[in-house]
Amino acid sequence: MKRRKGTSESLLTKAGGELDDRFKLALPSRILFNKVFPDHWSFLLGEIALFSFILLLLSGTFLALFFEPSMVEVTYNGVYVPLQGIEMSQAYHSALDLSFEVRGGLFMRQMHHWSTLLFMASILVHMLRIFFTGAFRAPRETNWMIGIVLFWLGFFEGFFGYSLPDDGLSGTGLRIMEGMTESIPFIGPWASAALFGGQFPGTSVISMLYIIHVFVFPLLLLALITVHVGLVFVQKHTQWPGPGRTEHNVVGFRMFPNYVMKQVGFMLFIWGVLGAMAGLFQINPIWLFGPYEVSVVSSASQPDFYVMYLDGLIRLFPAWELRIPPYFTLPPVFWPGIVGMGLSVMLPLLYPALERRFTKDRGHHNLLQRPRDNAGRTSLGVMVVVFWIIGVISGGNDVFAEKFDISLNAMTWAGRIGLVVLPIIAYYVTYRICLGLQQHDREVLAHGLETGILMRDPNGRFYEVHQPLAEPDEHGHTELEYNGWVVPKKMNRIGALPPADKGFFKSIEEPSEDGRAERRDEIESGRH
Amino acid sequence: MAASAKRRRGWRKRLGALARFTGALVIVGGLYSAFSPSLYAQESEANAIDSEAVKGQELYDTSCISCHGDNGEGVEGRGPSLIGVGSAAVEFQVNTGRMPMAAQGAQAPSTDYPVFTEEEAEWLGAYIEYLGGGAGTPEDLDAMVDEADVAAGGDLYRVNCSSCHGYAGGGGALSSGAHAPSLEGVSNEEIYQAMLTGPQNMPVFADNELTPEQKAELIAYVQYLVNEDRDPGGVFTLGRFGPATEGLAIFLVGMTALLLTTLWIAGKS
Repeated sequence: MKRRKGTSESLLTKAGGELDDRFKLALPSRILFNKVFPDHWSFLLGEIALFSFILLLLSGTFLALFFEPSMVEVTYNGVYVPLQGIEMSQAYHSALDLSFEVRGGLFMRQMHHWSTLLFMASILVHMLRIFFTGAFRAPRETNWMIGIVLFWLGFFEGFFGYSLPDDGLSGTGLRIMEGMTESIPFIGPWASAALFGGQFPGTSVISMLYIIHVFVFPLLLLALITVHVGLVFVQKHTQWPGPGRTEHNVVGFRMFPNYVMKQVGFMLFIWGVLGAMAGLFQINPIWLFGPYEVSVVSSASQPDFYVMYLDGLIRLFPAWELRIPPYFTLPPVFWPGIVGMGLSVMLPLLYPALERRFTKDRGHHNLLQRPRDNAGRTSLGVMVVVFWIIGVISGGNDVFAEKFDISLNAMTWAGRIGLVVLPIIAYYVTYRICLGLQQHDREVLAHGLETGILMRDPNGRFYEVHQPLAEPDEHGHTELEYNGWVVPKKMNRIGALPPADKGFFKSIEEPSEDGRAERRDEIESGRH
Repeated sequence: MAASAKRRRGWRKRLGALARFTGALVIVGGLYSAFSPSLYAQESEANAIDSEAVKGQELYDTSCISCHGDNGEGVEGRGPSLIGVGSAAVEFQVNTGRMPMAAQGAQAPSTDYPVFTEEEAEWLGAYIEYLGGGAGTPEDLDAMVDEADVAAGGDLYRVNCSSCHGYAGGGGALSSGAHAPSLEGVSNEEIYQAMLTGPQNMPVFADNELTPEQKAELIAYVQYLVNEDRDPGGVFTLGRFGPATEGLAIFLVGMTALLLTTLWIAGKS
């Protein structure tokens, strides 16, 4: 056989040509490779959710090979001594075997669970970024709504997932869900009976949740995530205002090679963090919970953190039971559980429309807003965050009470009062901070930077020397317009001092001849 | 000489009077105790021999009486009556440093430095036992625990104990500042005594509710849970608190690490 001639480059070219001849790839891939993405750390938060979702699919597939979603009663005969000879469901048995007898099984289970927590946590953080920068405004309201739906799909997907092993804690969670379902007026008991196939816990709920957990919801999530990312692609990513950036362009890096490299690196880093957490931090030790029995409820039974605020609201809500004899009873859990959850779905879903209505802002926005520039929205967001955090803390109030030696009753009342009072205080404080920051930006634009140099004039008056950002008029004022981006607040931002070295662990810049790094005259943008 | 004899005679006279007086007292006392409630009879017997109960009473009168009252009768609003609680309760409370209590509170917390030695606790126990009987600790408890079925104990633990002490024995909150303590580092005797006597807010698990054998099984499970379960899931157990600390960890460890990464990656432009 004759050896082929030619360099590897020409081989690649040839291969590319052959492929293009057959599949017509050159044009679409050229467009794709040249697509530009703006670069900012906060634009990477959604990717954390995306990449942990991929890891969820992979680890979940591994778990599905060994898990048996059956509520048939069996006797445990595995390796974990304190459960030997105990009656349990096949589901719990297989989850224990998966943890103790399948090689790498416990690691995969823990990685699946940590990925879930990271998925939900990064969705929340991503959502806050979108909210506080106004990225949800037209034309991106649809994608915001898809994001909210994704959160709630993830919420229930996670809930179903930790219900599957049929351990003590997951059964308690299902019991609470049963209670919430039953509290719905008129249809509640029927809905609950349909869900559990009769009386709780029944014999069918695990296998039903299983198919929802491993097929229906992942499919919905995958489809919606595709649409979500696709819409970002089509509508183009928002960007921060700054030099050279307008509503009609995108300043950033090409998809290939720069952006792809960053994304792959980030993905591997995320998976690395999740792998490390799965190996180092024990999560959901189902063997300690024991099999689910209706009569067993451990203290400190909490749901996962993304469900915890609802649990907190249920714990805080007063025991106001509405009775209309002889037939109708509305249990108190209905208000925080069903109404609370309904509002938590609907209000975020409708927020872009509500904001449009109240601000009468009907323009298209591709440039982001700094949180300080929309004080009302930012304060509203902080208000919701404070409300949510109080809910989460109250969801774990028994753990707090015990470990910090606080009366549980005091925790409950602090939560009740805090839930009403603290968000209002948070709104006011945030509003004032935003206005203060806005004012300081305007001050610097009008009078210049504070140099920190104090002067004393002949009649004894002290004053600080200001460095104007442009040629000042006769009163020492500059008429500069605020363009929605970072205003330099320190002298080294405008090149008065050598800028800090670039590089994370060590400098990647060569020091210049005179020992000082190259001076920069331009205001840096895109980083702060 | 005469004076001293006279003095000696005076002494003898006085001694004689004392002897007659004592004799009369003994007769009266004997008669009294013969007809009075048996408690006092026992007390005089106990006083007669230098028993553990007497030593216990001395300790009681200096360290316990201000709250638990004369003869363990209790003081309204300060301390409950101890009549009938038995030596197991006393030894549990004293050996874990719960009693004597430093200050009135929601509940006596256990401390690492008991005021009394174990021997003194036994004396106190003997005194309280003598006041009104009550439950004691079996001698061969450790042997019983060694033979017990851990898995059966686990079943009993989850039904009877986990609702307060938590699935992993880490303890839990009760209402109004009271709490179920952690079971870490607790001895077999202490668990047994606690079940038997129901200290603080804990219910009593008498022998007709949980037999001594079942108690031994339970103890075997608790000891496995806190001592032998090696937490196969990782180096950090997150205190075995469940989702509360897991949620904290994903933000403090996972999200924080990745936020720093986003800063790093986006900074590399």
